[in-house]
Amino acid sequence: MTEWLASAWRTLAPTLSDVVPIALVLFGFQYLVLRRPVPHLRRVVLGFVLVVLGLVFFLQGLEQALFPLGRLMAESLTSPAFLGLSEPSTDWRDYRWVYLFGAALGFATTIAEPALIAVALKASQVSGGAISPWGLRAAVAVGAATGIALGCLRIVTGAPLPWLIISGYLVLLVQTAFAPRAIVALAYDSGGVTTSTVTVPLVAALGLGLASSVPGRSPVMDGFGMIALTALFPIMTVLAYAQLGDWLGRRRRTN
Amino acid sequence: MNLLPRLLKPLLVSGRDLTPIVVVVAVFQLLILRQPLPDLAGLLGGLLMVLLGLTLFTKGLELGLFPIGEALAHALARRGSLGLLLVFAFALGFGTTVAEPALIAVADEAARVAAQGGVIQDSLQGRQDYALGLRYTVALSVGAALVLGVIRILKGWPVQWLIIGGYVGVVIMTGLAPPEIIGIAYDSGGVTTSTITVPLVAALGVGLASSIAGRSPLVDGFGLIAFASLTPMIFVLAYGALR
Repeated sequence: MTEWLASAWRTLAPTLSDVVPIALVLFGFQYLVLRRPVPHLRRVVLGFVLVVLGLVFFLQGLEQALFPLGRLMAESLTSPAFLGLSEPSTDWRDYRWVYLFGAALGFATTIAEPALIAVALKASQVSGGAISPWGLRAAVAVGAATGIALGCLRIVTGAPLPWLIISGYLVLLVQTAFAPRAIVALAYDSGGVTTSTVTVPLVAALGLGLASSVPGRSPVMDGFGMIALTALFPIMTVLAYAQLGDWLGRRRRTN
Repeated sequence: MNLLPRLLKPLLVSGRDLTPIVVVVAVFQLLILRQPLPDLAGLLGGLLMVLLGLTLFTKGLELGLFPIGEALAHALARRGSLGLLLVFAFALGFGTTVAEPALIAVADEAARVAAQGGVIQDSLQGRQDYALGLRYTVALSVGAALVLGVIRILKGWPVQWLIIGGYVGVVIMTGLAPPEIIGIAYDSGGVTTSTITVPLVAALGVGLASSIAGRSPLVDGFGLIAFASLTPMIFVLAYGALR
């Protein structure tokens, strides 16, 4: 029990150090600068308490159940023993299970990402329900899955990260030019929210495991970059999702 | 206690959100790796906590974070003081980022990489200074991003021009920065926006856009998070180039 409490405190401390500055800025502005009481103060405080408690339970549960298992799986899937290699290989085809696992894991963790749930809720409220939270989150998750699979492929082949990112930007430029205006800002936002509490630790473990089992890669130099790709691809898939919706809508009207 | 029945439906929703993870982990562990699930009781207990946590978090968002974010945005917009609004935006961006645990972890990691690459002296003091400098750099960049984003909402500038300008900045700085820092710089964009900052910043943008005539909450209200994840890349690359 004491052990559990100690580990709960280890989760609570960073969450609090995350919340306290935010609360200071918010309440400081409200009381010292605007000099107005907070509307529905009790509800707001209850909301803050629920958010902190929720995150602590969430992270604590992940730390207890999912992260150790996920890290273990990432290690076993990238180990030469599982891949059936007698000697370390640099052939990208030997690592196909890793790409598949990365993509599946990326999709699943993105669906559960609390920050994305928040943005999807807000977008659905603001658009009067026209943007379905579920559709948006699925589009983002597909993008994250693609990004992680490509990130794994990049570690295996050793392709330079800047070129991948810059080509991604070029694709985004073209997509932005054709996408429906209303979705553009939301699409760009969805990049930043994908990589958060659930996705980052597991993706980092996968990247580090892979970089240490592929010969010629160093975890220090090549383990990074996965998060950047995971944040880039959702923008593309959300723009594509909006484009598709737009196009289907127009086709339905002309028929 | 009438909170309990009202939590039942959100619990089911959270359960649906977590199903994919459970399926992926189970399929890979049992069918592909062919390993048993270790410590099944601990696993189920952990999952229950995750479920409860996600439910409480979503409930708390609707009760606390969203309303206060929007109320503040409305109040500041009614005040009509641009300076105050910008100070608030900067304080929110800087304050929420500088203590962000994920950023602290990344900054320490970056200092280790920089020391190994011989960019800085490999001593405890050298690494700590480097990590701290990096944290302040990122926090400054997020503050600057929110200030820029708020100005954009007020002026109604199209988001894509600023984002494209940011991309050009990233590309230029990539050419100037030492190669060791590039991976970390690119990743730093994704980690700055924490789970608590995101809903608040989204509420701020939407609240601001909806209290200004002629701005659409959807077109103009979003985009702040995108800025907050783009500017750290530029600032960290610049930090690496200048050190």
